[in-house]
Amino acid sequence: MVYRRYAFIAVVVSVLVLVVVLVGASQVPPLTIVASMAATTLAVATPLTLGALSGVFCERSGVVNLGIEGMMLAAAFSGWFGSIYASAVLGIPPLPSLLLGVVIAVATGALLGLLLAALAVTYSVDQILAGTVINLLAVGLTGFFNRQLFFGPASAFGGQVPHAPGVLPRLHVPLLADLPVVGPVFEQQPIAVAAVVLVGLTHLVLFRTRWGLRARAVGEHPRAAATVGIDVVRVRYVNVVIGGAIAGLGGAYFTLESVPSFEPMMTNGRGFISLAAMIFGDWTPFGSWAAALVFGAAQAFQINLQLFRDQIPPSWSFLQQSSVVGLVPYLLTLLILTGVIGKTTPPAADGQPYEPEGRR
Amino acid sequence: MKAVLEARGITKRFSGVLANDRVDLDLGEGEIHALLGENGAGKSTLMNILYGLVRPDEGELRRSGRPVSLRSPSDAIALGIGMVHQHFMLIPVFTVAENIVLGAEPVRRGLLDRGSASAEVRGLSARYGLDVDPDARVEDLPVGVQQRVEILKALYRKAEILILDEPTAVLTPQEVDELFRVLRGLTSRGVSVLFITHKLREVLAVADRVTVMRAGKVVGAAIPAETDERGLAAMMVGREVVLQVSKAPARPKAVVLEVERLGVAGRRGSGGDAVRDVSFSVRAGEILGIAGVQGNGQTELVEAVTGLSPARDGRVLLRGRDVTGALPRALIERGVSHVPEDRQRHGLVLSYSVADNLVLCTYHRAPFAVRGVLRDDAREENARRLIKAYDIRAPGPGTPVSALSGGNQQKVILAREMSRPVELLVASQPTRGVDVGSIEHIHREIVAARDAGAAVLLVSAELDEILALSDRIAVMYRGGLVAMRDAGAVSRTELGMLMAGVLPGEAAPAPGAGEEAAPASAAGGAEA
Amino acid sequence: MRDKLNRLFAPLLLPALSVFTAMVLGGVLIALAGGNPLEAYAGMLEGAFGSPRAVSETLVWATPYILAGLSVSLAFRGGLFNIGAEGQLAFGALSAAWAGHWLPRLVGGGLPAALHVPLTLLLGALAGGLWAAVPGWIKARAGGHEVISTIMLNYVALNVVSFLLNGPMKDPTAANVLSRTPLIDESARVPALVDGFRLHWGFPLALLAAALVGWVLQRTAFGFEIRTAGQSPDAARYAGVRVGRTVIVTMALSGGLAGVAGAIEVSALHHRHELGFSQGYGFDAIAIALLGKAHPGGTVLAALLFSAMRSGATRMQYLTQVPIDVISVIQALILLFVAADTLVRRIYRVRARGERLVLTRGWGG
Repeated sequence: MVYRRYAFIAVVVSVLVLVVVLVGASQVPPLTIVASMAATTLAVATPLTLGALSGVFCERSGVVNLGIEGMMLAAAFSGWFGSIYASAVLGIPPLPSLLLGVVIAVATGALLGLLLAALAVTYSVDQILAGTVINLLAVGLTGFFNRQLFFGPASAFGGQVPHAPGVLPRLHVPLLADLPVVGPVFEQQPIAVAAVVLVGLTHLVLFRTRWGLRARAVGEHPRAAATVGIDVVRVRYVNVVIGGAIAGLGGAYFTLESVPSFEPMMTNGRGFISLAAMIFGDWTPFGSWAAALVFGAAQAFQINLQLFRDQIPPSWSFLQQSSVVGLVPYLLTLLILTGVIGKTTPPAADGQPYEPEGRR
Repeated sequence: MKAVLEARGITKRFSGVLANDRVDLDLGEGEIHALLGENGAGKSTLMNILYGLVRPDEGELRRSGRPVSLRSPSDAIALGIGMVHQHFMLIPVFTVAENIVLGAEPVRRGLLDRGSASAEVRGLSARYGLDVDPDARVEDLPVGVQQRVEILKALYRKAEILILDEPTAVLTPQEVDELFRVLRGLTSRGVSVLFITHKLREVLAVADRVTVMRAGKVVGAAIPAETDERGLAAMMVGREVVLQVSKAPARPKAVVLEVERLGVAGRRGSGGDAVRDVSFSVRAGEILGIAGVQGNGQTELVEAVTGLSPARDGRVLLRGRDVTGALPRALIERGVSHVPEDRQRHGLVLSYSVADNLVLCTYHRAPFAVRGVLRDDAREENARRLIKAYDIRAPGPGTPVSALSGGNQQKVILAREMSRPVELLVASQPTRGVDVGSIEHIHREIVAARDAGAAVLLVSAELDEILALSDRIAVMYRGGLVAMRDAGAVSRTELGMLMAGVLPGEAAPAPGAGEEAAPASAAGGAEA
Repeated sequence: MRDKLNRLFAPLLLPALSVFTAMVLGGVLIALAGGNPLEAYAGMLEGAFGSPRAVSETLVWATPYILAGLSVSLAFRGGLFNIGAEGQLAFGALSAAWAGHWLPRLVGGGLPAALHVPLTLLLGALAGGLWAAVPGWIKARAGGHEVISTIMLNYVALNVVSFLLNGPMKDPTAANVLSRTPLIDESARVPALVDGFRLHWGFPLALLAAALVGWVLQRTAFGFEIRTAGQSPDAARYAGVRVGRTVIVTMALSGGLAGVAGAIEVSALHHRHELGFSQGYGFDAIAIALLGKAHPGGTVLAALLFSAMRSGATRMQYLTQVPIDVISVIQALILLFVAADTLVRRIYRVRARGERLVLTRGWGG
């Protein structure tokens, strides 16, 4: 089963890369194209990777996080607003402003994680519903504040929208980034690098530490965990808040690393796709990352194809339309949900509110 | 004898209902103390209080004479109290060692130290003679071994007091004997055991002292050597109990159900088949009892016969007609009634009213629906009639079934399944978790169904129930049917041996018997 | 008598308290934004009901809300969480636009209104229903959770509609630069209910749909199957219900209702499919269904409340400069408090009554 899923990932990614290589071969050496695809894939997979890790953290402890989309959106906005406020009103230089923005975004995610935990753990609200509440709340609040803070009568900038402090700079991974041809793959921005580091870190925490063992126990059989003295409620709260913080970092990617602007609903379903990646990745950090890379590759495909738009034969020109190529990640998600490529098993107590002993 | 654990005047209410009413109990050092009572007597509540899972409204706990307050299981663990729950508190996907150390894990340089966890478990299991492989995944182990893991879990935490909740429910008679041997070994090392059960036989077999609970109160105490089953039963139930089901000899007629070389695939990932090569038949007017320890394929067999899950190979015939793979609706139409094993999951819609649950399988037919439109009056009337006929204790037809007791819920199912013409009655664990009064009622109804000419397939893990009701008895072990006996011609001991996979003519379970052998011996392999 | 009144109004208590709490918090938000909450709400009320025209506009808003709300409610009763009403609505609209403009040309000649209008709405229902049957099928086949699949299908629908409205179905008129279809024929238009007002026959149709959904769910054997499959799929299978098929059909019916909502918007109001005509009806529908406790009558009431807020919001913004967006926040808060009813109970010390409706069941399905 595992083999089948990874084979699927490999095939899809190869096909996408191959098409771009075939189209662009007359202009650019194939290896350069492959490197460019790899670099873009890693970059654009960032929010999906982080979203999936957020899901892994929450769901391994037994809380379904359907609010990743909303957490990302809210974090994208608050981080963006924070960085602009810091640079334009407080006069802080761009880089510290951006970093402050990242911190604010992460805090926003954590705060919404706290809300999710309160709803799901303390108030036993249906978890899918709780996530939906967070999503709608995020859409409403970001829409309201976006207008209010930038354009409204009580605007923080007196009606004048100031310039954003740009985006986070690329990091130059020593040695690797100096390699010929494949060098660009290792020249990534900080959140993209953090996402990859977090994949390993999440794996370590979940499968090699005491906390991870207890969290997984809580996600599989909360009552059993409680009988050996583990505080189920606390474990779930902590994990969901961490998950929220990671989703917040994913949100920061949109406005502080990808583009220096905010648009309402700009996360565009990435939070939901990352849940599909998590499911496809069997609730493991590395599996989720691999699945996120497939979606990243689909997006990289669209971006890289733009570079060679003149090379595309007229009969294939529909590939350029964003509404056609843009479908790929969504269709991939649907395909995965049909179970054709194998089914995975969630933690046994995923989505179930924990009711302590003695309540019937 | 010094008391290591005392409960004084423990009272606990759940939404107005008195679960424990001024309960007193004391556990002496090194003794095996049985807490006897039927389902709903308040044993579990008391036990959860003793383990810190539930806090009492009133009363006091003392550990070796010192008053203590238990706010959580951690407090209980710290005081040397360990517990083995009826539904094992094990995480199936974790290894034995992970399960045992969970909550008190050895750590080296911030990371889990798996090596020393395994080593400690190995040492522990050697010391107490409880053989387990620390690196095996718990879900791959037989229940008897899982129980050993539970006991080790308590011992790893240095438990001096061990509370066991209905520990024998899932064991074969031989495994029960083995468990008792282990418990005596523990008491000889100074461990005190509190043993919760509703089985009289076990109290007499193992306990040094017994305390009896009924309706939330302690109603008596006894020394097993000075009493007998009848006396204990009367104390437990509060009246004389008919321990025997009276039934006339069976008069079997034509064959109703035939199962031919049935095979059912196992759960995903479990490898192997859940049911393999099972053949038998049931005639009208007889009860075929299927005995066996839970988890030996009975559930899957019943699901395949009643259309809830597909058969992988073989055939199921009803009155000579092939109904293999038929959907539940088709079988219902052909006179199959089914009292399912898990009544809350399959048998009832808990949020529905009693009336709705009573038409759960027939809502689409006249008189309950006419041309697809539901008829409320017919449903109400049906409910009133059945509530009366089956003595269902419910305020009215509109009461949600979730508000009824386990016994009354089971009566709702039975009433529904018997209220249409029955050719075949499949009853799976029909009295599990049901009070004595309802058990008697349910047993009478099953015999009545037989006498009315139905073929009855009874599946039960309670050997007493099988022996009391069946006309013929088959034994399932590891997915196969290992024996078929007439009820009069088989002893309890023999059934116990068969349930453990020990076949006549064999001294001990033969490990690794050939898969290709005949069905009767295909059940090789030792129960670890 | 008192008992009867109690039974009638008791279920309204918690939703009413939820709405109240959300409005209070919304008021705080308005105050923070420099507005006067009371004036803002007064403006909203005036905008929603202050004149015959205002009432007409509120009911125009209510029409898609009722239908989409019923769509989500019906799915909830079947144990399904249909977040895809938005996409199903878009397909219903697309199909109606096609039936209104291209169908007569396809069959060569005009159609009589008595035939053309029903056909247009029916094709809208069909398109929405088929679109929703896909996640139903995915769920029945592989247990793939409908929440993710319906969301994904929303994005697919968005892309497909945008492709079609910019390409094959784009209004070919030389002057047209917008992503929209040509106007539909007169014969395909649902007529106005009262001359001179925008209120149209779609509104009574939506009420009729609510009655029909209620009747099917509560009074028919098929409705019993939907509810049983929703409350306990295992028990339903045991009872002989073909759960997989029921799931697909329930999703299709749910999508059909959303499809009709879209078709009516095209046929009665815009007379064409224009990109972005749906102002998130499909998402508001989730809050509406939950506020209405997935009950058809409750859904209608909740839809009227939401439409009053939406339609009054413009007036509110005009009078008090409080941005319309605050409505989205209030509606999300309503959903929050409806979902966390234990929280509302704790605030107002209301005791729990009766069983909770099982809406969803985690990933396990």
